[in-house]
Amino acid sequence: MNAILVVSHSAEAARGIVAIASQMAGERVGIAACGGTDDGELGTSVPSILSALEGLLETSDGVLVIPDLGSAVLAARTAKDLLGERAGRVLIADGPVLEGTLMASVEASVGAGLDRLAAVVDETRGLRKLQE
Amino acid sequence: MNLDVQGMLKVFDAIGETMAAHKEYLTELDSAIGDADHGINMNRGFHKVHDKLSAGSYTDLGALFKDVGMTLMGNVGGASGPLYGTFFMRMSTKLAGRQDVDTVSLADAMEEGLKGIVALGKAQLQDKTMVDALTPAVEALKKASDNGVDLCGALEAGVAAAQSGMESTIPLVARKGRASYLGERSAGHQDPGATSIYLILSTILRSVKESS
Repeated sequence: MNAILVVSHSAEAARGIVAIASQMAGERVGIAACGGTDDGELGTSVPSILSALEGLLETSDGVLVIPDLGSAVLAARTAKDLLGERAGRVLIADGPVLEGTLMASVEASVGAGLDRLAAVVDETRGLRKLQE
Repeated sequence: MNLDVQGMLKVFDAIGETMAAHKEYLTELDSAIGDADHGINMNRGFHKVHDKLSAGSYTDLGALFKDVGMTLMGNVGGASGPLYGTFFMRMSTKLAGRQDVDTVSLADAMEEGLKGIVALGKAQLQDKTMVDALTPAVEALKKASDNGVDLCGALEAGVAAAQSGMESTIPLVARKGRASYLGERSAGHQDPGATSIYLILSTILRSVKESS
């Protein structure tokens, strides 16, 4: 089964999103949160993303990374590169971080592959909250 | 003269002081076209670099640059963290086992660092990024290296090229990073990332001049 890593500039935001997604997807899916710099300031930390990825990869087939903003994408990409051979088991998704994490977690719980998970995150871009 | 491990430690201390002194300036540039955190982030990152290097003992420049890179990656916070972190990490691969650098090895390492930044950020020239200052600087260093110019002269050429590269970002419309969201409105402002590249290179030059 694939796992999910939420990367946000805020540790609290990442943890909150993971809490919501874990409740929806159940405990079978590994969903981890990573946010803030090494000192807990707003921002992202490559070493902290790297260690989160290493942890998730031990218990899952692959990891879908869902970053909140552009600079989180750069940090995630750098951490992925530092994984060496294991980098092939990590994919970075592009889409709304909260909605994307919820939908991808549910999809991961039924055994979907990384490409499918990334597509699901992308598709949540069109989700409407107000029904006409 | 060559720059040895002690000299390089002084260089990074001096870069830390430069970032502290220009914190407001870089943040002001970033508030015009970005998210107003570049000065704060760079200052925080290089402050941590100072702590890390002070606590360590180094015999080779590769290990020193690797610690600089990893520290920036974990503490800068914004996009500059992975970008500058990658720059110094990639330089470290070229400097591994070296006790000092001359023009040839510095130019070679900086060229490798630039490749890392371009591969990660995918910015091209005239996208209004740090690449606009770093690319001409690396080209100037490589040229100096080919012509057998000493480290001081090579850095002088590199700093001059970085300065004109930095100034060339003023009229550009940003095509990468947060500033690109502004479209045409990003024109008329100097890029903060190109500015920090210039500040770092000019600090290296000053530091080399002082110790020679």
